[in-house]
Amino acid sequence: MGRIFFFIAEAFRALRRSASPSLAAIVTVVMTTLLLGVFIPVIKASSTTTQNVQSQLALYVYMFPDATTKQAKAAQKEINKIPHVERTDYVSPQEGLQQLRNEIGKGPIGQGITQLHGKNPLPMAIVVHPDDANNLRSIQNAIVPPGPNGKPKPISPAIEEVNNGQQAANTIRTVTNAVKVILSVIAVLLLIISLMLIANTIRLSIYARRREVEVMRLVGATNWFIRWPFVIEGLIVGLTGAAIAVGMLYVGKVTIIDPLSQNFALIDNFSTVGFVPLIIVLLAASIVVSMLGSGITLRRFLRI
Amino acid sequence: MGLLPTRRRRRRADEDRAERFGAGEPVAPPARPPIVELRDATVVYPGGHVALERVSFGIQRGEFVFVVGPTGCGKSTLIRTLIGEVRAASGQVLIAGHDVDRLPKRRIPHLRRRIGTVFQDFKLLPNRTVYDNVAYTLKVTGAGRGEIRRKVPEILRLVGLQGKVHNYPDQLSGGEQQRVSIARAFVNHPPLLLADEPTGNLDPETSIGIMQLLYRINRTGTTVLVVTHDREMVDKMRRRVLALDEGRLVRDQVTATYHEESTSEFGVRVRAEMGVREGHTNGEAAETPPPRS
Repeated sequence: MGRIFFFIAEAFRALRRSASPSLAAIVTVVMTTLLLGVFIPVIKASSTTTQNVQSQLALYVYMFPDATTKQAKAAQKEINKIPHVERTDYVSPQEGLQQLRNEIGKGPIGQGITQLHGKNPLPMAIVVHPDDANNLRSIQNAIVPPGPNGKPKPISPAIEEVNNGQQAANTIRTVTNAVKVILSVIAVLLLIISLMLIANTIRLSIYARRREVEVMRLVGATNWFIRWPFVIEGLIVGLTGAAIAVGMLYVGKVTIIDPLSQNFALIDNFSTVGFVPLIIVLLAASIVVSMLGSGITLRRFLRI
Repeated sequence: MGLLPTRRRRRRADEDRAERFGAGEPVAPPARPPIVELRDATVVYPGGHVALERVSFGIQRGEFVFVVGPTGCGKSTLIRTLIGEVRAASGQVLIAGHDVDRLPKRRIPHLRRRIGTVFQDFKLLPNRTVYDNVAYTLKVTGAGRGEIRRKVPEILRLVGLQGKVHNYPDQLSGGEQQRVSIARAFVNHPPLLLADEPTGNLDPETSIGIMQLLYRINRTGTTVLVVTHDREMVDKMRRRVLALDEGRLVRDQVTATYHEESTSEFGVRVRAEMGVREGHTNGEAAETPPPRS
């Protein structure tokens, strides 16, 4: 027991004496942990968004405005026969308008919709859900096969246009992937910088305490007895930084994210990562980084 | 206090006895192995410099031995070899019958706990008080608080620094700093004390004080080995002298006039012979009979 207190006392003594490098290392760890604490939920949330978009992918088959309900129902039947079609929904112009109103809400545009004076500009539509998002293209080709003269010829004369939303999905996917890669690279760089700064702190500490180390060896301290104070010093730096960062993240969550998430569904996505697991991950990462930082330096510079 | 496992010690003693029986000599009490023994030890530094070349000698328990020789003759290498910091390229280095070179690396710290070392530059920790410098040894070797509180004041009394317990090293004179360093080396009462030029930085009067202290420690039963180039001091001490030159042992001399004397008799005699008046005593403790072991 007395040993542990001795190690901790030695570690704090060393930290006090080399305050500025220790402070630099702590600040870096704070920055790293803080950014990791933001990045991890963002990456997680963007992945979830992409998944949502993909699961929502469907083909929108629009009829000519002058097509009859009977023609539309017949077209729906034809589409149901196409392989990989899971189900189809018929959307009448009235239902379409209702959906539009729900999506837009009561803003100025929504008020504009009420000024249609009973006229409904929307065509009849059939929503086609594929069994898998990857089969969208083949289903679309089946609904609108290319005609003999190269012009597309729909399976039903009532079909005016097929919209697959693939474009939008691809754009979202590309952007989120880029964001993910960039954030990951930044996170890894920050981790490496923290590791190096902790290693540097320990190196300076070893240098500052070379007399102590020499005396310890002379009077017969075992190798691990000499090493422990340095390892603990690294741990203190890492954990202090992480604790400060977690505190800041908590304040940020309570003051910024929580009020916003009540109003915006998108931000609510950010809390897909629970706060407690996030903290555990961050603390574990800081412990690993500081142990590695001190370990590498001890191996290189502390010849016992 | 013995360094040697009893089983092995007993076996050696038996062999010794058997030899004596064979020679038809009277049975002597079982002999313990010499506390320091070099057999043809050769030490080569990386780069090929031969620091010690086929050196052989033995030091018995309780001896006071000087090692002398010019700079670069291998005196410091000898000490570094004895504490297992440098390994012999060939030959054997035995501490109390143990081959230092064959000791596994993790046992070296335990060897060093049984050997006190004193250096010319003291190697004190500047940011710790006298008390903490001495207590450091005990903490490092895992002593409890009670033990530290008991042993540190005791050893500081022995070296005559009881009044400077809370001073920092830079508030002390050179002689006092060397006393702290000796206290640190001796606080565990090791059976062997090695001193590398302990008086190298000190004036003659202070040196006599330090030698007197080492002599007092020697009289408690601890073997003391002092490396020095102070010829005059060595001559006055009248102890065994090993002379090294270019890594070779060139002289092993036991002064004929050697005789038992108390620490104070020693001090008076050496001061008189060196023509140093007993002026300031540099914190030397009032003469109390040393604890006999």
